[in-house]
Amino acid sequence: MAAASVSSAVQVERCKTGIEGLDNILDGGIPRGNTVLISGSCGTGKTTLSLEFLVRGAEARERGLFLSVTEASHKIQQNLATFDFFDKRIVDDGTLTFIDVPVLYEKLGLSKQEMTTEDIDLFVGAVAKLASELKVQRLVMDSITSVCYRIRHEEEIRDLILKLGKSLSDISCTTILVSEIGPQENRYSLYGVEEAIADGVILLGNVQRRGDLLRTLKIIKMRGTTHSRAQYVLDLTPLGILLAPYLKGGRGWEVA
Amino acid sequence: MANLSAGEIAERLRALSEGSGVAMKLGGADYAGNYLQFLAAVLRDFALEAQAYTIYVSVTNPCVLVNSLLSSLEIPADRVFFVDVISQTMMSSLTKLPNASYVESPTMLENVMLRVEYFLRKSSAPRRIVVLDSVNSLAIHNDPAILSEFFHIMVNNLKSRGITTIILAVAEETNPELENLLSFVCDDTIQLGVTPSEPKTP
Repeated sequence: MAAASVSSAVQVERCKTGIEGLDNILDGGIPRGNTVLISGSCGTGKTTLSLEFLVRGAEARERGLFLSVTEASHKIQQNLATFDFFDKRIVDDGTLTFIDVPVLYEKLGLSKQEMTTEDIDLFVGAVAKLASELKVQRLVMDSITSVCYRIRHEEEIRDLILKLGKSLSDISCTTILVSEIGPQENRYSLYGVEEAIADGVILLGNVQRRGDLLRTLKIIKMRGTTHSRAQYVLDLTPLGILLAPYLKGGRGWEVA
Repeated sequence: MANLSAGEIAERLRALSEGSGVAMKLGGADYAGNYLQFLAAVLRDFALEAQAYTIYVSVTNPCVLVNSLLSSLEIPADRVFFVDVISQTMMSSLTKLPNASYVESPTMLENVMLRVEYFLRKSSAPRRIVVLDSVNSLAIHNDPAILSEFFHIMVNNLKSRGITTIILAVAEETNPELENLLSFVCDDTIQLGVTPSEPKTP
């Protein structure tokens, strides 16, 4: 009988996030082509983590696309410039592209508040075409929650994420969908369907310990790889995101 | 026991293998003098001579004070980074040093680890040391269980990367629980100005 092994027999190609601590707890990185939901309330570091994922990819000559739904991309780039790891040349030479989704909506004629099934297909097709034309290997949509605001039925949200994930996975593009949730919510997305369809869920949060608020990160699921299920404390530094183990000290804790 | 000179302490530190954990116990009788001796030994005679970067975690005193002591000892601070864990808690008007990072509270031990990591990544020298001043100050703000967990993770992480950790302790204020903690994570103990305790009479 073969000896039991904790490592998988089949080597899955990895998309290294470039965030050392995160790659370590993901056993080397996100399996390439996965669609990953990054969930958290405001101020937990979702956008920063997503941007670092793209910038580190660009450093490794992997093209990236940031689709900004809620915030003007020029403002995001201004904020990004405060980080030491960001070199504006990756934007100038087209390795990293920023697109404002409201502009894309306008071009596609999706000006109505509500998206129909046809509109969803049109939108997914446009994103897939962009990703393909730009030859991107990493894509971030910030946020999927804002896109889903315009969709009435849960089945259509399911349909959107399934189609988006598949079309991007088909071109080996690793995708991060940013999911906004409230600070006390015991779920990973606003509609409750996104996490079931995504290949992975990374949960960012704030944990209160004796009055101190600590930013935390936990991998809830990640298809195609073993991963840590422990909780980590996260720090947003000029050098990028750093992770440390959350200290338990035999004491209880509460969710902020 | 004769007091060690700064040079002798530095010699003891040089004799240790890289990545060692060292408990540096200072006697409380002339704490100020012992502390200056400690700074001269570790930051001048040991770190400076080895061209090492020092990451100084200041919990007892604000880093501004430690920095001015370094100036008075004519120890250049251009290879010293501070992780200041006390200034923000003291709520005093803060003179911020450019080579310092401030942690909001001494109870945010994970953030102490993260700021140490930040400076380790920032410093390019092959030789780095981490000084933690002091275990007693951290023990005021933290439960023994979480403090043990913190030291266990941090010192072993640094050890595995060949980074020497020096943990300062005030001998008379170090209870058996802290003694156990230090002996668990440290490979050596250096005493400075510590009076041997008198045998107790029945």
